[in-house]
Amino acid sequence: MSASPTSATPEELKARIEAGIPGATADVTGDGHHFNAVVFSPAFNGLSRIAQHRLVYEVFGDELGGRIHALAIQTRASETESSA
Amino acid sequence: MSDATSNPLRDEIQKAISENHVILFMKGTPTQPACGFSARTVAVLESVGQPFAAVDILPDPRIRQELSALSNWPTIPQLFVDGELLGGADIVAEMYQSGELHEALGLEAAQGETTEPEAAAVEAPPLSIENRL
Repeated sequence: MSASPTSATPEELKARIEAGIPGATADVTGDGHHFNAVVFSPAFNGLSRIAQHRLVYEVFGDELGGRIHALAIQTRASETESSA
Repeated sequence: MSDATSNPLRDEIQKAISENHVILFMKGTPTQPACGFSARTVAVLESVGQPFAAVDILPDPRIRQELSALSNWPTIPQLFVDGELLGGADIVAEMYQSGELHEALGLEAAQGETTEPEAAAVEAPPLSIENRL
């Protein structure tokens, strides 16, 4: 599972999260296998953290654990919400 | 698709989740975690003094398959409290930092020493549960 033409990029993940979740903006960093995503979306409003993270996971489905080896996620309903 | 009427492994996982107040499905064991995310989650639980049952998902790939099907959560580790998925490494870390974890675990806000009688006798492979009291 070394780097291959199919390995993912932070840019791709960012674009897919933003396309897949209404009103989302995402900051994604990563090395092609391990990624960290900070995602803001009003769609997270009122959802539990579990439900918020599921929305992000659902964007990638089976690719998680495969092509995308690991994806750390932080979710916020808005950019102003405290991240403490 | 794998909607078999009888699924002993999934039943056993469900039983373990129901029977343990706090149970962590992880890669490796609490003393020898095999993944950084699992290690971090164990460290958080230990730092708040929370006893927990632990299941190593590595010995049999079906454990992870069935667990994820059951929990609708794709990654490992997975921490369950009172039968509910609380989260993976990120959520547990975030809740720890914000202080919510104590509440979710039913611990005193300060470093409380809650010793819960953890009755967990779940039998035999492929699901080996390690109790950390």
